[in-house]
Amino acid sequence: MAENLTSIDFAGLFTADNIVFCLLSAVILVCGFMSVASTKILRAATYLFFTLFAVAGLYLTLNYEFIAAVQLSVYAGGILVLLIFAIMLVKNLGTDTETTSYVNKTIAGIAALAGAVFAFITMSKYRFISNEEANDASEMIDMEMIGQTLMGTDKYQYLLAFEAVSILLLACIVGSIVVATKSKED
Amino acid sequence: MIPVEAYLVVSTLLFFIGVYGFFVRKNLIGILMAVELILNAVNINFVVFNRFLYPDHLEGYMYSLFVIVVAAAETAIAISIIINVYRKLSNIRVDSINELKN
Repeated sequence: MAENLTSIDFAGLFTADNIVFCLLSAVILVCGFMSVASTKILRAATYLFFTLFAVAGLYLTLNYEFIAAVQLSVYAGGILVLLIFAIMLVKNLGTDTETTSYVNKTIAGIAALAGAVFAFITMSKYRFISNEEANDASEMIDMEMIGQTLMGTDKYQYLLAFEAVSILLLACIVGSIVVATKSKED
Repeated sequence: MIPVEAYLVVSTLLFFIGVYGFFVRKNLIGILMAVELILNAVNINFVVFNRFLYPDHLEGYMYSLFVIVVAAAETAIAISIIINVYRKLSNIRVDSINELKN
């Protein structure tokens, strides 16, 4: 069966790369749209989960494993669980349907579509780097290079940003506890 | 290999799906989810340009890493604010949050 499939030459159109990319982008776009169009918020969160998962797959097609792992653990593992917790904590949100007027939907759709068309027109005016000119993207980056870039102090290295982000996360932890704590007067 | 335009088309469409969701959603958590979609579209762009233009550098890579971290921080803060709003108003619809208006 497999030999039969490989013997048919579709002029290189149905390579494994292309099929995987098309599947991933279909999942991203369909689930992304469902996650903004679904009337039940818990279902929307589930669709968002699939979108984030497929975006991690897109990073894997570019051979960036580390950022795919970060995407899975921080977005799909952390942020989404936080969102679902919030949905569960707020009463009736998981079962209530959300209604938006058709006028609103039409205007928002026109605005988004106009933006997309504008972006595509701008994109078609530029000649992007072609596959032949592009550097070989099949090689993997080793963890050592990522670590040195994240922790170095030279040019193109990001220790300062790393430390700033760590301060930001600390401030964020303290801030969210302070904001969410019940005050005594209530 | 997939051409760079294909990735850009996917990320543009995802971005404007997020924009549409940002416009139509009425509750705060829905808006937060739309913002996550927008951030993801931007991340795809950063990573793809990094991969195709400078595969031996990691600028876009690091940038999208920091975007992910900041998105996590933003979500935590936003959810604590949402829980606070829910405690005060017992709903989280955007049009009922108008206490600062007067």
